[in-house]
Amino acid sequence: MRYDSALAAVGNTPLVHLPRLSPSAEVRIWAKLEDRNPTGSVKDRPALFMIEQAEAEGRLTPGCTILEPTSGNTGISLAMAARLKGYRIVCVMPENTSEERRELLRMWGAEIVSSPAAGGSNTAVKVAKELSQRHPDWVMLYQYGNPANATAHYRTTGPEILADLPEITHFVAGLGTTGTLMGVGRYLREHRPDTVIVAAEPRYDDLVYGLRNLDEGFVPELYDSSVLTTRYSVGSEDAVRRTRELLQQEGIFAGVSTGAALHAALGVAAKAHRAGESADIAFVVADGGWKYLSTGIYTADSTEAAVKALHGQLWA
Amino acid sequence: MAIEVRIPTILRSYTDGAKAVQGTGGTLGELFADLETRHPGIRERLVEEDGDLRRFVNVYLNDEDVRFLDGISTGLSEGDSVTILPAVAGG
Repeated sequence: MRYDSALAAVGNTPLVHLPRLSPSAEVRIWAKLEDRNPTGSVKDRPALFMIEQAEAEGRLTPGCTILEPTSGNTGISLAMAARLKGYRIVCVMPENTSEERRELLRMWGAEIVSSPAAGGSNTAVKVAKELSQRHPDWVMLYQYGNPANATAHYRTTGPEILADLPEITHFVAGLGTTGTLMGVGRYLREHRPDTVIVAAEPRYDDLVYGLRNLDEGFVPELYDSSVLTTRYSVGSEDAVRRTRELLQQEGIFAGVSTGAALHAALGVAAKAHRAGESADIAFVVADGGWKYLSTGIYTADSTEAAVKALHGQLWA
Repeated sequence: MAIEVRIPTILRSYTDGAKAVQGTGGTLGELFADLETRHPGIRERLVEEDGDLRRFVNVYLNDEDVRFLDGISTGLSEGDSVTILPAVAGG
């Protein structure tokens, strides 16, 4: 395929059958390889769409500074687009994120403000909101509340999946900003009302939940629970185990949050298989494993050792 | 009927620092009432006065969000595992 620029090459990613991990010929699992986007993650879709939307609305003009709280991928996508389009960008990122993410952000010229590990992305959001008040001229695209995030998936990811898999019965994705699930979920519900929409929410170690009180909790403004059929919490151990199985059995080298989505996909697949139903389950490979190589989880001797290696890291 | 309840760091002041405690109850609401008898104060941190779950509290029955089951009325069985977590962001 031929494109006019790297930014034009966002999307149109492959959908790949997992013949070894699927429970049977009637219950099939399909991986949507979003690591095949220009900066290597699904976030290229919402990042580019949020920027172009802000440009169209006149909110983002030449010389502007973009500000964004991010655990990594959205910042990397925004920074790449900002570099090509000539914007300055400041990313607020929790300090317990991998060194690769920092290096990638710096590579694209982003300035990084570290937020404390305790509270994870909640704290990054808080710090970014404070910065935004001190610098009213900076443009915070705010992936957690910007409808353009979900719209990007409604317009691109959803239609791509349905075109490749018209017989889809289940859609599974990781839950972070909720943008992928809201956008794809709404699109599929309009075209295949019976599709089961499943969220896989990462469950971290205690450290990440080190909030001072429950009122500091955070639910993204984009979240609409009515789009989902159900929502699973997936711990580090299951996420790491599935990430390794995906690599070893299907040859797909993915990041840890993908293991969480795969775990939920295998759960609904087993349920369909036990019930004697046929199913076509699509799940999202949000990024490749490159940014997590330094954790050692791919080469650790056992899942236990791999989980230990990941301890305290914000992996999604 | 024993059910294991995993407690988040933020609520361990009610459980003498225990990461997990045991409780009983035929529903989630009954389980929380049972926890309250041994860990006074914990219930009002989890549910509103009208009995619904608090906005920033997520509760999972065997890893499934109870808001997609029957909420506070979700039925429980022997050997179930309940996990309580504060709502956090991703992305």
